[in-house]
Amino acid sequence: MSVGSMQSADGFLIFKKQGVSMSLESVMNSHHQLLQEPSQMVSSDMVAIAKKQRVQDFFFHRVTQAFSLLVLVALLGIIISLFVNAWPTFQKFGVHFLWHVEWDIINEDFGAAIAIVGTVASAGIALLISVPLAFGVAVFLTETCPVWLRRPLGTSIELLAAVPSIIYGMFGLFVFAPLFADHLQVPLQKILGGMPLVGFLFGGATNGMGILAAGIVLAFMVLPFVAAVMRDVFEITPPILRESAYGLGCTTWEVVRQVVLPYTQKGVVGGIMLGLGRALGETMAVTFVIGNANRMPTSLFSPGTSIASVLANEFGEAENLHFSTLFALGFLLFVITFVVLALAKMMILRAEKAKGN
Amino acid sequence: MEMNKQLYMKRRITSMLGLAFSMTAMAIGLTVLIWILYVLFANGLSALDGNLFTSDTPAPGTEGGGLRNAIVGSLMIVGLTVLVATPVGILAGIYLTEYGDESKTAELTRFVTDIMLSAPSIVLGLFVYAIAVATVGNFSGYAGSLALALIAVPVIMRTTENMLRLVPGSLREAAFALGAPRWKVSTFITLRAARSGVMTGLLLAVARISGETAPLLFTALNNQFFSTNMGSPMANLPVVIYQFAMSPYDNWVRLAWAGALLITLTVLVLNVLARVFFREKVSS
Repeated sequence: MSVGSMQSADGFLIFKKQGVSMSLESVMNSHHQLLQEPSQMVSSDMVAIAKKQRVQDFFFHRVTQAFSLLVLVALLGIIISLFVNAWPTFQKFGVHFLWHVEWDIINEDFGAAIAIVGTVASAGIALLISVPLAFGVAVFLTETCPVWLRRPLGTSIELLAAVPSIIYGMFGLFVFAPLFADHLQVPLQKILGGMPLVGFLFGGATNGMGILAAGIVLAFMVLPFVAAVMRDVFEITPPILRESAYGLGCTTWEVVRQVVLPYTQKGVVGGIMLGLGRALGETMAVTFVIGNANRMPTSLFSPGTSIASVLANEFGEAENLHFSTLFALGFLLFVITFVVLALAKMMILRAEKAKGN
Repeated sequence: MEMNKQLYMKRRITSMLGLAFSMTAMAIGLTVLIWILYVLFANGLSALDGNLFTSDTPAPGTEGGGLRNAIVGSLMIVGLTVLVATPVGILAGIYLTEYGDESKTAELTRFVTDIMLSAPSIVLGLFVYAIAVATVGNFSGYAGSLALALIAVPVIMRTTENMLRLVPGSLREAAFALGAPRWKVSTFITLRAARSGVMTGLLLAVARISGETAPLLFTALNNQFFSTNMGSPMANLPVVIYQFAMSPYDNWVRLAWAGALLITLTVLVLNVLARVFFREKVSS
């Protein structure tokens, strides 16, 4: 804040100069006029300037307003244009489209179920892995980390969030998938594959691709987002609550579990949902490793597909009904992520409001 | 009063385990970052030679090649996006701070902007395809810029707004008292006072869009040849990386790694710069 004043100081000076010269001029003018017409205290020049400024202000107000409304226009445009282009598909398949398990391009028989299952499963796995880790990172950064390390470590987590998703995709394909196949898939299949009830989850080829691999790569990607939000809301907790708990003899972990976490509950849930929104809509990190097969996945290792990766893979060659079906998938994805993100935003807003009280 | 030693030990151990877990989590996060950087350098450096910047993407089955067309294409597409998105985002941000407290529409705009920040980028690509590619009849660099602008504007808008809010109200009042019109106060006083923060937002927006792949797939597409015509399909780094990484040719995959290294370094440097800018602001 104090900075602001430093830099603003020079802005202020410049303004002052203009202001002074302007008022000098008008003072002189008004002096003249005072001599001529004693009744008129405000010169016509001043009135003209005020009028001009009113007009300028009016335009400035409307122009900035128009630009800010562009966001709402874009939102409406997205929903309308996706829906219009998707209409033939909705018309042909109806609501049935949502749970129809078929993706036959030649016979033009489409259902969204395969892609929806892949999207939800990979995002769900990503959250299962990344949420506890993100919680750990946030706890470390706010509670145990030495103060001098807080900034560099916090920054490196933020840098991890800045790495483009296509890099996660390449990393997943070339580095993670081979390691995953040899050191995780094979042992898991050996140990758990024969078990009743859960054995089927670990069946199938162990080539490193598939739903679980995509979920893990997504988890790496989502981790920093969720961790950053959690850290920010943890810092909202009033120090007095924390200190009182320590004063009563609580251990660090008890302070986190019984004071910080309950206090920041909504913000934490909001952060998790923000991560979910990201994971559901992610294209590149998933497309490289999910296997891109339009079949219903039968195990955690089997290849599948997600809405975003179907779009990335097939949009280029799509025609007619296939084309509008891809728009229908895009529409579904947008609506789902919009709802998830809106809920996340509301949770975080409420958590921040609680801070104000 | 006697102390319950057993209970005390149990609590101590739980706490130690919890903290050990949180340290492990931090270590995992750091490991992933270092691992990714290591992999990028290990694979990308070998392809990082003079050819990379002087020759264009190779045809299938031909040796060598570089990324000149993709680098130039990316610079042009991102550059145009910044030129368009900066004024729009900053003016919209000014509206939200200076006029936005009074209306429900502004509140809704703020809410929608925050959602657009995380909206699936591939859907933005679909939207721009529908309005700027299907209607015109061909893929173009302009369409790519438009798709990226849909991501950049919300970023610039929200950071501008947050930074303007940090400017003390007394500064505005002083300017008003001198008779300055509102537009002059907003642009020459508050925006000036917040300029390093706004600059941070700009840098973060550029960092964010430089690596975006999904919105360019259906808009700018790709171009095997060197082209500076933004009205036609244009090569760009993210899409070239996507296509080359998935290809069976060794030299293509090597170029994909080199491109990935270039993009990641750019994005990380921009992020660090943005933080330096912001820190200067806070400390001075």
